[in-house]
Amino acid sequence: MQYDSPHSYSRFSKIIHWLSALVILTLFGAGLWMVELSYYDAGYQLIPHYHKSVGIMLAGLIIIRVAWRIRNTKPLALTSHSTLEKTLSGIAQILLYFLIFSVVIAGYLISTEDGRGIDVFNWFTIPSLGKLFNNQADIAGNLHRWLAYTLIALASLHGIAALKHHFYDKDETLKRML
Amino acid sequence: MKPSTMKPTTMRPTIMKRTIQQLLMATALTAAAVFPVSAADYIIDTKGAHASINFKIQHLGYSWLTGRFNDFSGTFNYDKDNVAASKINVTIDTSSIDSNHAERDKHLRSDDFLDTSTFGSATFVSTQVVDKGNGQLTITGDLTLHGVTSAISIDAEKIGEGKDPWGGYRVGFAGTTSIGLKDFGIPERLGPASTEVLLELHVEGIRQ
Repeated sequence: MQYDSPHSYSRFSKIIHWLSALVILTLFGAGLWMVELSYYDAGYQLIPHYHKSVGIMLAGLIIIRVAWRIRNTKPLALTSHSTLEKTLSGIAQILLYFLIFSVVIAGYLISTEDGRGIDVFNWFTIPSLGKLFNNQADIAGNLHRWLAYTLIALASLHGIAALKHHFYDKDETLKRML
Repeated sequence: MKPSTMKPTTMRPTIMKRTIQQLLMATALTAAAVFPVSAADYIIDTKGAHASINFKIQHLGYSWLTGRFNDFSGTFNYDKDNVAASKINVTIDTSSIDSNHAERDKHLRSDDFLDTSTFGSATFVSTQVVDKGNGQLTITGDLTLHGVTSAISIDAEKIGEGKDPWGGYRVGFAGTTSIGLKDFGIPERLGPASTEVLLELHVEGIRQ
């Protein structure tokens, strides 16, 4: 198996990175779409079911990603990057992990207030922890939404920064992840 | 002594006595009509949860979905000998809607339905109570829900009244009514079979 090295990302890291990006954007789109569906829409029950199932799987994927990152050498920033760039990109990456977990946890808290678990693809059920605080579903719902907006905003900045390195600075930053 | 002057003086107290008696009687009767002796104020026993506001609405036309409002308070005035003079006032915390499903309740609280962040309370104030005899009554009043006030009519029945075992006095009623979502500006999102909500009301009052 290929591991991360100081100068390159392993194929495993790249797959997880792009898969996460795809899944997060899809979940965001599905989330915005499903709350607008009418009661008689065929997807009224199905889309939320997939949204939750995929969201739980995403949390698993990110846990593997973080474990992988801790066990591996993290590729060093390019020497051409300024200190400011290094600091900001470092903070952004940690925040991205934090936001992904927060969004998933908030989503979990919406659906589990009444003791119901979350069925993941009718394959297994994540059990409920019950009602942890008052107005749980409403508060968690608002958090889920605003954390998701923040996550997408930050991920967009992360993407724009990568494009800036690729097209403006013409460095290796984006290519290393491809 | 002059009998002629004596007579009126002996007569006068009798007439006065009679007049006073009549006056007292009239006053008592009027008082009884206006302030019935046994009329009393009651507080709805929400503290002990001997009252509930339940609702049901059709699901797709195939079954009933039931739920309730957990938080409400109210008072009423009732006299079994003058039922028509009764009055009732109830305030409901709309965000306490409970259909035994957290996700659905969250949706019901949203602006798709009750919009409880804007319209946090619903009120019912009776305007007329009709005694239909045999413990049956019709309570008409103004229900304010979702920011809209509309008259509704509740078919009610007195279940019973009397002393409780702890030194108090209670009277209880059950009632039903149905309200149209449209009448209160609540969007009809649940299909053609689900435009009306049936309310089942159970109220026990403790006399103050």
